Amino acid sequence: MELIVLLKAVPDLTEELEIDAAGTGLATEWLTWVASEWDEYAVEEALQLKESFGATVTCLALDTGSVDELLATCLARGADRVLKVGSFERPPDSHTAARAFAAALGGLSYDLVLTGVQAIDDVDGQVGPLLGAALDLPHVSVVTHIALATDGKSATVNQEYAGGIVGEFEVDLPAILGVQTSREVPRYAPVSRVRQLLKTAEIGHLDAPADGGSGLIVEAMEVPKADHQAEMIGGNADAIAARLVEILRERGLTSGSAR
Amino acid sequence: MLDASVTREVFEGLSPDGELAFYLLAALATTIFVVGLGLRLRKYLRGRREDRVGSLTAFIGRAIGGVRATATSETVRKRDAYAGIFHAAVMWGFIVLFIGTVILTIDTDIVGLIAPQYHFFNGAFYVVYSFILDLLGLALLVGLAALAWRRARFHKRELDYARVDLGAATTDRRPFVFGDWLFLGWLGLLGTSGFIVEGVRIVAHDFPWFEAFSPVGEILARVVAFLGLSAATAGSLHPWLWWFHAIAALGFVAYIPYAKAIHMLTDGANLALRSPLAGRRLPVIDPAPRPLLAGLAPAAAGDSHIGIRDLADFSWKQLLDFDACTKCGRCHAACPAVAAGAPLSPRDLILDLRQQADASWAVRGPGMERRSDVTYGGARADAGEPVFSDVATPVTRGGLMAGGLVKAETLWACTTCLACVEACPVGIEHVPAIVGMRRSLVDQGAVEPGLQTVLTSLAKQGNSFSQSGRGRAKWADGLPTPLRDARREEVDWLWFVGDFASFDVRVQEATRLVARVLQAAGVDFGILFEGERNAGNDVRRVGEEGLFEILVEHNVGQLEKARFRRIVTTDPHTLNTLRHEYPDFGGRYEVWHYSQLLAALFDDGLLRTRRPIARRATYHDPCYLARYNDVTRAPRDVLAAIGARLVEMPRNGTNTFCCGAGGGRIWMDDSGLRERPSEQRMREAAALERVTDFVTACPKDLTMYTAAAKATGLDDRLVVSDLIELVARAIDLGDEVAEESSMDDEVALLAAAGSAGA
Amino acid sequence: MSGTILVLVEHRDGVVADATFELLGRARTLASAASVEVEAVLLGSGVDDLVGQLGAADRVVLIDDPALAEFTPSGYHSALVPVVRDRAPLLVLAANTGVGMDVAAGLSMATGLALAAYAIDVTVAGGSPLVTCQLYAGKINARVRFADGRGIVTLVVGTAPAEPGNVAGSPPIERIGVAASDGRIRFRRFIRPEAGDVDITRESILVSVGRGIGERENLELVEELATVLGGVVSSSRPIADAGWLPRTRQVGKSGQRVKPRLYLALGISGAPEHLEGMRGADLIIAVNTDPRAPIYGVANYGAVADVIDVVPALTKQLRG
Repeated sequence: MELIVLLKAVPDLTEELEIDAAGTGLATEWLTWVASEWDEYAVEEALQLKESFGATVTCLALDTGSVDELLATCLARGADRVLKVGSFERPPDSHTAARAFAAALGGLSYDLVLTGVQAIDDVDGQVGPLLGAALDLPHVSVVTHIALATDGKSATVNQEYAGGIVGEFEVDLPAILGVQTSREVPRYAPVSRVRQLLKTAEIGHLDAPADGGSGLIVEAMEVPKADHQAEMIGGNADAIAARLVEILRERGLTSGSAR
Repeated sequence: MLDASVTREVFEGLSPDGELAFYLLAALATTIFVVGLGLRLRKYLRGRREDRVGSLTAFIGRAIGGVRATATSETVRKRDAYAGIFHAAVMWGFIVLFIGTVILTIDTDIVGLIAPQYHFFNGAFYVVYSFILDLLGLALLVGLAALAWRRARFHKRELDYARVDLGAATTDRRPFVFGDWLFLGWLGLLGTSGFIVEGVRIVAHDFPWFEAFSPVGEILARVVAFLGLSAATAGSLHPWLWWFHAIAALGFVAYIPYAKAIHMLTDGANLALRSPLAGRRLPVIDPAPRPLLAGLAPAAAGDSHIGIRDLADFSWKQLLDFDACTKCGRCHAACPAVAAGAPLSPRDLILDLRQQADASWAVRGPGMERRSDVTYGGARADAGEPVFSDVATPVTRGGLMAGGLVKAETLWACTTCLACVEACPVGIEHVPAIVGMRRSLVDQGAVEPGLQTVLTSLAKQGNSFSQSGRGRAKWADGLPTPLRDARREEVDWLWFVGDFASFDVRVQEATRLVARVLQAAGVDFGILFEGERNAGNDVRRVGEEGLFEILVEHNVGQLEKARFRRIVTTDPHTLNTLRHEYPDFGGRYEVWHYSQLLAALFDDGLLRTRRPIARRATYHDPCYLARYNDVTRAPRDVLAAIGARLVEMPRNGTNTFCCGAGGGRIWMDDSGLRERPSEQRMREAAALERVTDFVTACPKDLTMYTAAAKATGLDDRLVVSDLIELVARAIDLGDEVAEESSMDDEVALLAAAGSAGA
Repeated sequence: MSGTILVLVEHRDGVVADATFELLGRARTLASAASVEVEAVLLGSGVDDLVGQLGAADRVVLIDDPALAEFTPSGYHSALVPVVRDRAPLLVLAANTGVGMDVAAGLSMATGLALAAYAIDVTVAGGSPLVTCQLYAGKINARVRFADGRGIVTLVVGTAPAEPGNVAGSPPIERIGVAASDGRIRFRRFIRPEAGDVDITRESILVSVGRGIGERENLELVEELATVLGGVVSSSRPIADAGWLPRTRQVGKSGQRVKPRLYLALGISGAPEHLEGMRGADLIIAVNTDPRAPIYGVANYGAVADVIDVVPALTKQLRG
């Protein structure tokens, strides 16, 4: 069983995001990059499958300049092979990413492709379903549980809906899955292992087109004023509590009377 | 008068066959003893290499210190004079009686065979010998009686063998208790039977005049004679009693290496070999770890795991540590994890590892704990697969320890407060062993989610607060006098601010006061601004050595660019790693704690108390300041300088009690604890008479105790503050520093400030 | 000028989803601004009954096929692609749900129509759509246009009222057959949450906790507050993931959508997925340590403080 995980780097939201001079993108000067959270779930899920079913795990990341550490982290966690895809000056839109991954997958054999259900910068849609359409492969997103059939020809997956309802599907392989969460918290990658691998590991490279675009024109970006709506209450905990009690009283929401 | 007739016959009343039997038995006992000792030595040789000598002169000094500590029982006496004095009595009683036996052997088996004319066991020598041995024999018995009384009657927490990490149904430690009493009883039997043999002999010889110099034997003889023992009966009884004593003694020799008695041999060595930097400076990762003696050791596994994963990853000194343990339980009683109800007891950790080591590589002695969930030395100790599937743990490596025999939650419970190491009378170094195994947990990827988040933030942003590293110096925004950048201009003092002082909202208030007080005193100082990252002390103690290395490399690089003479920090954890650990990475600095700098500033008159803090305050010694770095005077000097009346808590100075935050615990979930150590500490302080202030000198303490005061509801009685907050008021820094008014107002004001910030 | 706005209808158990009514309501506004029609696209098996709920549409495009009895990504995809190709709509609107995400991106790649995801607002300016998308966990809003003036939009649930689109009627039906069915993904069953101890969608006071609560045992403090308030405790996803509260208490995209009279958000930063489930509450009060938390964008009142300090103080004062 060959498992492939697709990853991309996204800005670390720890840094305060700023808009560039043109007003249509992020100012990248201070940005630091991290693996997309949902892609990390995809890696963990792939490793879980590897451990329970036996498989090789290959991780592919869009080469946006500094993904070596991200890929070394995949190796440290237990991936068998890592590859960089294409060459991009900054993270491409999802359509371009999907086409790049589609080209890269053309030269690889695989039974199942896992990727994060979404990423924080997916303005033009999610990579998983875009890739599914590009390769004409079945695709399921918001997947929370994956079980492989013993014959390796299909997988049973759960798709989450609102209200806690889950749909169970049987999917013919090869297929693409957008992972919502992994059964275990993504395992820790010890820094010393990552560092060692950064020095010694072979990170392959696959060519991929970087053009095409999404057909979307970003006219403007802005940081929404988070507090424009809420009336902010200052002071220490007691003062805050006092004001809250006042507000609740005004609305008749105290002493359990709301029931 | 004191001629050759003043003596006794060593083998009195023994036939040549009897003598032969005795020598055969002695040879057998000695053989069993030597084999046992050899098995232990072979066990140590299987351990990893570790240099315990270093500079020879320094080592000799330390070794002499260790021998002195052993000889005086001073480490046993520390905080338990009763145990110390009576232990010394037993120890010296045994040693002198042993020397007495050796002297007899020399006289009988060497002098007697080679040159009988030089027999010296008579006359004046005999009299002095008899007197000394009788006295020390008495000391032995008195000591044993006192210690037996202590063991039976004192109900000390130290001697409670209940495990904190296992249910009573899982474990049976009655063999421990049996082993303890066996040791004690056997020694008592030796002493008592010796005296009885002596007394009966004196009766049999009809009270020779010189036996008055064996006072105990003489008195005993008079008593039994008074009770009706005739000389003839005594004469026929004597050989039986003699044999009884001889067999008991030879049996004891054989028993020594297999039980608690081994501590007589291991503990002096362990104390002589102890490291003054134990826990303070953790070892760097050995890129090519090797066993002490390759031929004896199990083949190295083909993987490149890091840390102490298997038994075979412990060093020879650590294996010796395990054998040194006497189960005295002082670490158990001192440990904040035990007190909080966490599943860790440093005593049980060491005992578990000893049983595993003995069962795997030496011999299972009697007096072992029996467990239903684990077979020591057996395959089940390997339970719990490592995460990395390419890693196999062959049985020859002694089994999986980190996350196997020693559970992960046990290892994570340690606060690395060093109370165990400080309390241990025999120089066991628990904390480095625990961190070593944590390194393996990290290497296995077994890190709890909350801690993962923190480590990731430390790797990406250089701080544990998941905040942008760019904003590290934001706390300094709005200071009346801006801070200087030590990377741009030369300063006398480089202030290494640290994570909590930089990012924690409650501590930031104190941090700003430090800046303003130092400025007011005219101290020439600067900071590294966003160039600083977490110094890594607690990262290292979590076991994330790779991340620690990255942080050190970064900070050393920044410090190289800066121009300064000395470093000052408010954070004892930062202080410890900068002072003790950075030298291993090329960073050598003179590092001061701010309490030391403040004390010096008061001393030099650069800070002056204008409004004395006329209040009764207690001071909490931070572990990393008092225990790790021996700084206990300076903060007390500062409190005296500002006029505060210091009331000590029962546990103070190097005997301080941990707040529970050290070793990365502050980043982990405290749920499930019976009561947090910090809350216990609050109650300890609240029990002091009329104390209104709880003063700390550590940023983590400030957050921990501010929370603990609230959680215990003691915040209306005790104001938790940092030393600097009192100093700022005392020197009258003015404006936003709380003005001294009536105490009630002040308590309310500070309590309010605390709740707003935390 | 293209002549239609297609709205993808989501339904389960014979009920059209609220999210669809939100889309229809919005589509109506856009249709009048752009002078086009609204067509609801309904896929299913024996779902004629549902048409009566779609009165807000000018027409219902009905693809009725046994293979479409339950949603499958591949089934919907292969059925929808020809419809979208044929009609060349001005806009295709889908909800930003699991179903919508599955379908919209695939449609975009297959038809060449551009896609704007995570939309919180759509307008029509000069005949062409202008979309506001919420990115970077709600920390950035992007205003985007389609290069060729037409495209697909997935709208975040809860960003428009459902009432204007929830209109009974009998719009004309256009039936379309399925060209080729794709059976590579087969629906097996629904796994429904076990009935929890409480139904948070029916509670009028919710005290909701997120990551900012720190440790599990702090839940006790929150339970206490909820009791004093006469409400129940709900949570954001991480708390349910950690198993600290049952999944039935989870508010948000993959949990419950709630509309209580009071929603007290404690230590919840307000990821878009969470806001989706609670922005309809009458009164939202947020307490969080991060002054930049997006939760303040939907809250009526906010306080920057540690939950662990505020909760006991609030409980005490409510009792007193």
